[in-house]
Amino acid sequence: MNIAAAVNENFANNSNYLIRSAMFVYALAFLAHLAEWVFGGRSKIAVQSAALIEEAQAKEAEAEAAKQKAARQVTVKTAAGSTVTLERPAVVTRASASDRGIADGPGAAGGDEKGDRYGRIAVSFTVLAWLLHASGVAFRAASVQRAPWGNMYEFSTTFGAVAVGTYLLLLALKKDVRWIGLFLTTTVLLDLGLALSVLYTSSEQLVPALHSYWLWIHVSCAIISGAIFYLAAVGTMLFLFRDHYEVAVTAGKATDGRWGDIMRRLPSAASLDKFAYRMNALVFPLWTFTIIAGAIWAQAAWGRYWGWDPKETWAFITWVAYACYLHARATAGWKGRKAAYLALVAFGCFLFNYYGVNIFVSGKHSYAGV
Amino acid sequence: MSITEKTEREDLGAAGAQLSTAPVDTFAEAPALGLLGWLRWMWRQLTSMRVALILLFLLSLAAIPGSLIPQHSDQLKLEAFKAKHTTVSPIYEKVGLFHVYSSPWFAAIYILLFVSLAGCIVPRSWQFVGQLRSRPPRAPRNLTRLPAYSTWRTDASPEEVTEAARKALRGRRFRTSVTDTSVAGEKGYLREFGNLVFHVSLFGLLIAFALTSLEKAEGGKLVVEGDGFVNNLTQYDDFSGGTLYGADDLQPFGFDLDNFEQKYATSGPEKGTALKFQANIHYYSGTDGKPVKGKISINHPLSIGGEKVYLISHGYAPVVSIKDAKGNVVREIVPFLPTDTAMTSPGVIKATDTLGTDGKPDQLAFRGIFTPTVALNATRGWYSTFPTLQKPMLILNALHGDLGIDSGAQQNVYQLDDTHLKAFTNSDGSPFAKAMQIGDTMVLPNGAGSLTFEGVKTWASFSITHQAGNEGALISGVGAILGLAGSLFIQRRRIWVRAVRAEDGVTVVEMGGLGRSESARIADEIGDVALQLLPDAPVRPEDEADGEAPPPAADAGAENEPAAGTTAVNDDEGARA
Repeated sequence: MNIAAAVNENFANNSNYLIRSAMFVYALAFLAHLAEWVFGGRSKIAVQSAALIEEAQAKEAEAEAAKQKAARQVTVKTAAGSTVTLERPAVVTRASASDRGIADGPGAAGGDEKGDRYGRIAVSFTVLAWLLHASGVAFRAASVQRAPWGNMYEFSTTFGAVAVGTYLLLLALKKDVRWIGLFLTTTVLLDLGLALSVLYTSSEQLVPALHSYWLWIHVSCAIISGAIFYLAAVGTMLFLFRDHYEVAVTAGKATDGRWGDIMRRLPSAASLDKFAYRMNALVFPLWTFTIIAGAIWAQAAWGRYWGWDPKETWAFITWVAYACYLHARATAGWKGRKAAYLALVAFGCFLFNYYGVNIFVSGKHSYAGV
Repeated sequence: MSITEKTEREDLGAAGAQLSTAPVDTFAEAPALGLLGWLRWMWRQLTSMRVALILLFLLSLAAIPGSLIPQHSDQLKLEAFKAKHTTVSPIYEKVGLFHVYSSPWFAAIYILLFVSLAGCIVPRSWQFVGQLRSRPPRAPRNLTRLPAYSTWRTDASPEEVTEAARKALRGRRFRTSVTDTSVAGEKGYLREFGNLVFHVSLFGLLIAFALTSLEKAEGGKLVVEGDGFVNNLTQYDDFSGGTLYGADDLQPFGFDLDNFEQKYATSGPEKGTALKFQANIHYYSGTDGKPVKGKISINHPLSIGGEKVYLISHGYAPVVSIKDAKGNVVREIVPFLPTDTAMTSPGVIKATDTLGTDGKPDQLAFRGIFTPTVALNATRGWYSTFPTLQKPMLILNALHGDLGIDSGAQQNVYQLDDTHLKAFTNSDGSPFAKAMQIGDTMVLPNGAGSLTFEGVKTWASFSITHQAGNEGALISGVGAILGLAGSLFIQRRRIWVRAVRAEDGVTVVEMGGLGRSESARIADEIGDVALQLLPDAPVRPEDEADGEAPPPAADAGAENEPAAGTTAVNDDEGARA
């Protein structure tokens, strides 16, 4: 027993070192992303206002052309190159109504070679940091010999690992999501910092109420849902900014400030909106399952599947808020910005359910260890 | 934006209609005169998506106060809150903030929401059945206006092309219908079906909820090891029945608590944390059933005759014998309720039939703390450092007088009513108190009697519940998830292929696709179907040369994407070779 305990303590210490190292590497990734944004900025190439205006005009013309295309209803995009494809008929697609015809921005590096190199470095650092982070979580699990999700510290570290893991998976699938990198590394640093400083709980056994295989099912689903909801929330927030910017661009207003320079490089509002929607729609069923799995567990542990415990209530509120968002997107007059605000409110509910309910409200889910 | 959408709809006509049965959201103008007109207008408002959205939002808002303000289900916390907030409590009480989830206004919101849902789902279901029975709609006149479009010229006859297209679409599990010059195909009905299943499941959940709350009965019982429980009303510490399930419906069964097992980590950083709580019991059902060995632990309730017995909590019950001034002895086993994980347990002991030195009734009472592993600290006083019996200590004050039990009023067994009690004091006037190990005796001043701490037993408390509607809720929940997955992950789309002989005798093939959701995949699918058609309807060579018929691939974006398309073409060639 004592030897085992010593080994466990060793594992726990290793886990802490790994998480701290991960934070250090995340910080490097964060700096590299910053460099990417800085070098990609137009001010660095010292483009003066004439050029800015020129591009604004060009963009306007582009937007105009896109509109006309939309009017003719032929925006061309083929799924074929030039030589081999003679055999294959071209497929013409038409922009959907919500599309302004504005193309995606060039990304944080803004086409700048140096910026792009820093961006690649940032991604490499993120991969390294994630490996450290994930093994930190694994060591923690080994030290407590159970699912490492028994308290807020463990939940937070796993949450961050899943969020970054999903991001890296999207990158590996050749999805263009590097724009999320800076925001993600920032928040993961905050998340881990908060976990280590405020929420830290030394490696412990679980109270008997948590001795159930439902811990694996219910909590892992909650973590995955939360992490993907989070990525969607970042997309939604950027959508709101970018949408604002695009409205200004189409109205012909000046958008050459530093803010405009950042916005210019983001994906188009339509792409961001689509990204956020797909992420949300992807995990909404999983979130539903999380709640139902929780209800089944509650039935087994407490004798009732639903008892309006604060945690349950807020899970329900979050669920309803996301349902609102999904319905709003399909309702004329609620699409776009209004739906996006709903998505942010919904994620706010998720966050409150995690931090707020655990820390300020006492209920049957009080395993915060704070 | 909305204008574009409207024109789109008009452009596509019947072909674009009913790709989903989602309600077309129109805010009806001023209602027609008369009561019926008003009612119809209000019904249309209630069933509109907009109002449903508002109701959904209200539902989540209304659920918030119940999570922040103590509710009736937690009486202890509620009393504390009421004592602390004397000004707002009456107002809260009046508007039902202490029982939000059974309050009329909360019910109003969800009932309206479900009525709205019904008003939406029922017509949608009929519409969907109608869609299933009818054929996919005919091709729109102008296929170029569809979100994805492709065309080429071929030497094959129109009939050959339409037949090949029909086969290709059937092969892709599209429902097809052929008219003289065109084929219409539709796929992804499961999306709509999933949507309906999801919403119907919500009704199922609501009904299951209602059933559960009507038929739920719950009672609590604390059992000391060696004692037993029989399932009838007199045995319960507390019992609350449901409308459809009361005290008369209790099933006959019982159980005896043989012992209570508890294991804690004794070393390492997790020292003191509970590893195992388990009540070992013998249970029997019916009035003369044979006792069967069983166990109850947290997460693993015991099912007896349709009822479930849950382990709720556990603690220690000191065994004491009390001798009064005249030498009468009573032996009591008194459960003390733990207040922390190390089982520091305050409690009271009442002796009701004792006599005083003068021979008249003089009830004795003791108040104090039991600690399984004792420690003393200047600020905390007596407390326990570990939950098992390593250094058990019982620390008691003693009082005498009238316990107030004989007045007939209900009294909490874990509390003393001090009004007619007098504390024993030492000669210097300080309260009389003693800390006892097992075997120690506390001799009261002035020959008033004594108390001997004989030993300790463990107790466990159980919740005995009867619940209905669980299966219904589970089935509805699973249905909701499956329906949701179907309605979010499946794409409903239509593809039309038209082949017409042009004036120069060459067949022009046109293909268009329309998806309900904003997926780009419809374009890929059109491309794939086109590829599949090519063996039967090859592109005319001279068209390739002058590059006239297919619109030029002008977009720069095309350069980035050919990988998939190219390989597909190559594969296709390979297959034919």
